[in-house]
Formats: sequence, structure tokens, C-alpha cells
Amino acid sequence: MLFFITRRLILTVFLLLLVSMITFAIFFLVPRLAGQNAYELAAQYVGRNPTPGAIKAVEIKLGLNDPLYLQYGRYIKGIVAGIHYNNGPDVSYCPFPCFGYSFRNDQPVWPQLISDAPVTLSIAIGAAVLWLIGGVAIGVLSALRRGSFFDRLSMGIALAGVSLPVFFTGLVSLELFSYKWAIFPNVHYVGITTNPLLWARNLVLPWLTLAFLYAALYARLTRAGMLETMGEDYIRTARAKGLPERRVVLKHGLRAALTPIVTIFGLDLGLLLGGAILTETTFSMPGLGQFTILAIQNQDLPEIMGVVMIASFFIVIANMIVDIMYAVVDPRVRF
Amino acid sequence: MAPLLEVDELRIHFRTDDGLVRAVDGVSFVLDRGQTLGIVGESGSGKSVTSMGIMGLHQGTKAEISGHIRLDGEDLVAATPARVRELRGSKMAMIFQDPLSSLHPYYTVGQQIVEAYRIHNQVSRQAARQHAIDLLGRVGIPQPKVRLDDYPHQFSGGMRQRAMIAMALSCDPELLIADEPTTALDVTVQAQILDLISDLQSEFGSAVIIITHDLGVVAELSDDILVMYAGRIAEYGSAADIFGQPDHPYTWGLLASMPRLDRERTARLVPIPGTPPSLIRVPSGCPFHPRCRYTELVGGERCVTEIPPLRAVRSLGHQAACHLTAEERARQWADLSAGKIPDDAAEPGSAEPEAREPV
Repeated sequence: MLFFITRRLILTVFLLLLVSMITFAIFFLVPRLAGQNAYELAAQYVGRNPTPGAIKAVEIKLGLNDPLYLQYGRYIKGIVAGIHYNNGPDVSYCPFPCFGYSFRNDQPVWPQLISDAPVTLSIAIGAAVLWLIGGVAIGVLSALRRGSFFDRLSMGIALAGVSLPVFFTGLVSLELFSYKWAIFPNVHYVGITTNPLLWARNLVLPWLTLAFLYAALYARLTRAGMLETMGEDYIRTARAKGLPERRVVLKHGLRAALTPIVTIFGLDLGLLLGGAILTETTFSMPGLGQFTILAIQNQDLPEIMGVVMIASFFIVIANMIVDIMYAVVDPRVRF
Repeated sequence: MAPLLEVDELRIHFRTDDGLVRAVDGVSFVLDRGQTLGIVGESGSGKSVTSMGIMGLHQGTKAEISGHIRLDGEDLVAATPARVRELRGSKMAMIFQDPLSSLHPYYTVGQQIVEAYRIHNQVSRQAARQHAIDLLGRVGIPQPKVRLDDYPHQFSGGMRQRAMIAMALSCDPELLIADEPTTALDVTVQAQILDLISDLQSEFGSAVIIITHDLGVVAELSDDILVMYAGRIAEYGSAADIFGQPDHPYTWGLLASMPRLDRERTARLVPIPGTPPSLIRVPSGCPFHPRCRYTELVGGERCVTEIPPLRAVRSLGHQAACHLTAEERARQWADLSAGKIPDDAAEPGSAEPEAREPV
């Protein structure tokens, strides 16, 4: 087991390196292949209507004339140790961990990511807890009462949940519960350290909106999984032992049905941590998703690159955790 | 003393969209303590459904059960589900065909045995674990202390079945039902498992029901044999009767289609023509009549129109459901056991079986 985890960890480090290479290539190699020279590339890193001098300065600071591997080396060094972008006396310092430096705003990207991450984390993790518990519970009940009114009703709602986009359900819930009935008035993000109660109250609608979408998905998944496992021979064995039905369902049935759900859960959560774009935008919460949208609107390449890197890191890490979880859940995977 | 298990006119029907499936249709038998009953038949003859019915494993399904199943005098058909659940695993236990799929892949063998034991016995985890180690040792698993913490996929096929047996025996059941316990195993392992079952039976004194389509298996173990066809009893009697003087054309078919070491190897195996019937549309009259070679000897349309009742023949307790007269059956069996092959089963050009290469 320890061997398995170690191997996974090493593999993950390599995967992260690969991700950084590909991301780097997209931003620095592809434009070059498309025929842009260093000056033109540097022009994109400076604000609107730049002076030639400012562009030249960025070109030198980023070392865009150096061979690509040197540029990549500097980029990695920045991540692990911080970096000084030098242009004679004009120095921009990007401290560890440097995920790019926005020359437009004249500030490093990382602190902005860090300040926006808690919003996304709050939304994603809260919703994840809700949808995992809700989705699995509904799925199990549906499977056990297959064909019943409850089953058909919940699967009907689930179909709606999967089909309706967040910006629709989100806006409807805002209209109803925030404006019309004012149960959750004035929804905006409040830090958990500032006021935990207000934090939770303002997040209820985003949580429910996001969880509705995923819970629907998970309910269907769980139902299908449970229907399959409850027909397995080992369930018959569990019943033949004389176990109470509840224990047969939860300890023997659900345990086996959960494995694929754990996998998808990790990936979904990893994906969301990189920015719950629709939910954040619908509820005007300044998380990583909003940050991404703004960065793209401003065409601020270092910011976009930073958020892409962070999002991919989340997914890679989530993948690793899923793999390890899988080994914990299913003894046949440990090797 | 009353017999341990008494099954009386058991009917298990399933309502499906295609019609009523009469999986078990009026089956009766008794089983004493320490005795072994073999239930034999082709796939779909209702033998597994019968055993699941005894265990009460049809609860929660759409099965319609009538008749009586009396275990130690207690009627399981009329008992509450909770009561049957209490008996399940403690007073009666079951082992299944495929030990790999019948053991939970995510729990260790030890956990699964301990669970079976502790659900019916108020003992500490430690005591249950020790009990599981003892059981694994008794069913012949080497290093039981170590193997207890292995997962089923780390066991070989034969060891898995041994573990299943250990689990079934964990609460000293009075009735053990083995549903095709050797079908999924290698031939060499099959014999070991059968020996193990019969050893443990004499040690624990349980009654055993062995369900199989392999007459060789029951020949070795059973005191009594029940031959089922299309959910009904074709023939029921002691093993000596069934193998020595079988009285039903279906039993003859089963015996003639089985290779035997005590016969000349030149004797040809005779298959039963056709396939088992659908349990939704069971043939009228004798359910076996479409595949029977002897309907013409009965005369008229009796085999098609009239269900043959289960009637006593010769020795005590030997019963068969067939319209043929006793004399006719004796004559036909004498011919068959003398190696005479029925006309329709003889292959053209194979008149000299001696000419064939020995296999």
C-alpha cells in the first residue's frame, strides 16, 4: 500500500511537470510557431496602447529572445523559488510561488489567486458535501424502491437537474428566495473568518444551485450502481448469512456501488476547484471563475496562464487522491 | 422424532410480464438429521428456486409461495420475515455455486466469517476472530491465522469454496444447503470439496441438501435423491433405488447420458433429446412427454393429457411420476442397463461401437 502511494506521488510530480510544459508551450511556443516574434509577443503582455519602450522592457524582462528551454527553466524556478524580472534598474519582483507576473497591473498573479481561491473553495466544497450526501441517498432509495412513485419522481427531478443549466436554476432561486421572499437577502460573499454565520447564509443558494445539478447526476449514477450490485451473488450470500436488510444494503451493496462514485466525485471536485465559473458569475461571487473571466476579458496572459496552471494542478491532485482512495476502497487495486 | 426438514406441496410461482412462471410446482420431501438429500435436474428444473425458498431468500421479490416448509416443526412459509432471517445463517446455511462472486470482494475472508458468526452470537470481536481461525483450519486452509486477513481474490478457487463452507458452518447449522458447490471448480478440487462436505457433515451432524445437475456428485454423497423436472418431482427415492432401479424415463435419460467407470467404455452415451421446457408454458400432461421415448408404450394420449401422479413403486419410499406400467418400466430399464441403445439415439454407421478409438 505504501509502495502504491509512493509510486502514485512520483507519477503525480511527473504529471504536474508535463502539465506545466504543455501550458508553457501553449503560451510561449505556439505564438512563435504561428510566426510572432519576441516583440509582438511582448506587446501582448503590456496594457492597452503601450509605448515601444514599455514593450521592449517586458521583452527583456521575460527574456523572450532566449532559447525556449531557458525561458521554461526560469518559469519553473519562479514557481519553486520566486524570480526577479530584470531590465537594468527596472526590476519586477515576483516572490515564491511565482505563477506569472501581470505587467498590466504590475503585480504577481499568485496573491490574486490566493485571495480569490477561498470563495471558490467555499462554494465547491459546500456544494460537494450536499450533492454527495443528497445524491447518494436519493440514488440508494430509488434503487431499493425501483419503479415506485418515489423512484419515478426523484428520477424525473434528477433529469431536470441534469438538464437545467446553473445560470437558469441560479437566477430562478435568486428571484424566488432572495428577492421575492427575502429568505436569503443580499447574496454576496463574506469571508468565513469575518462572519461565519453570514458566510454560510449567503452561500446557501449557490450551494443548493450547484448541488442540484450534481446531485441529480449522482443520484442517477448511484441508482444504476446499486441496481447492479444488489443483483450480485455476494448480496445473496449476505442475505443467506441472516444479515438485516439495512446492513445488506449499506455495508455490502453501497460499499461496492460507491467505488465508481468516489472516482467521479474526485474529478468533479477537482474541476470545480479551478473555478465554478457559472455559479460564481450568477451569484456575483469573486472566486477563481470570475478571476478567469476577467483575465480573459482583459487578455491578461500571465493571469490566464496562472489560473490554467492552478486549475490543472487541482485536477491532477484530485486524480491522485482518487487513485489512492480507490486503493483504499477496493483491495484488488493495491499492487 | 419429527424429521428436521419437511417440505410439503411447495409451490413457488413468479408473476412476470410474459405470464406465470411455475418454477416449483408441488414439491414434497423430508430430510432427517444427519442425512443427505441430492436434488438433481437440468438447468431450469426448479432445484435452486426450491433451495432459495427454504432459505427464505425469495422475500422481497415477486415470488408467490404456498405449501409448507417445516424446519424442526416450525413453518417457514408462515413465519415472519424477521424470524426467517434469524434462522438463516444460524439454523440453516447455504453455500453457492461460484465462490468468487459469492464472496464480497471488498472485505477480507475473516471479516466475512466473523460477520456471519457475530450476527447470531453475542461474542467479542476477538472471540469471533478466533472462531473464524478455527473454522478456516477445520475446512483445510493452511495457515488460517494469516489467510484470515486475505481478500477473496487472493484465494484459489478451491480455497474460496472452503472459506464459503467455513462461513456457512460458523453457527453450527442443522441444515446445510449446497447449491452446485463444485460446478465452478476444477475436477480435482471438486472431489476434495465433496469429501470435505461429507466429513464435516459427520462431524457436525447436520442435514445436507446437495443441488446439482451432476449425478456423479450425488451418487457419492446422498442418502436420498430427488429428481426434478420442470418444477415437479419426476422421481424420489433412496440413492440405491435411483441408481439401481430407476423408474422414470427422465432419470434413465440422466443416467444414460453420464459416463460411468463401472460400465464398459464401449457403451455409447445417450443424450436426452430436446431441451428443458419453458416454465411459463409447461407442456400439458406429463411435462417430460415431448422429450420422452416411451410415450407410445403408454397408449392413447394419456402422456399429453393427464399429469402422472407421484406413485409408490416397489421399495418403500421410492416414488415416480410416470404413466408406464411397472412391468414395462422394469423391462425398459433392463434393456437400457444391458447396453441396448434406443433406436432413435443410434447413429447411422456406428453399429460397431467397438471400432471407435478409445478416448
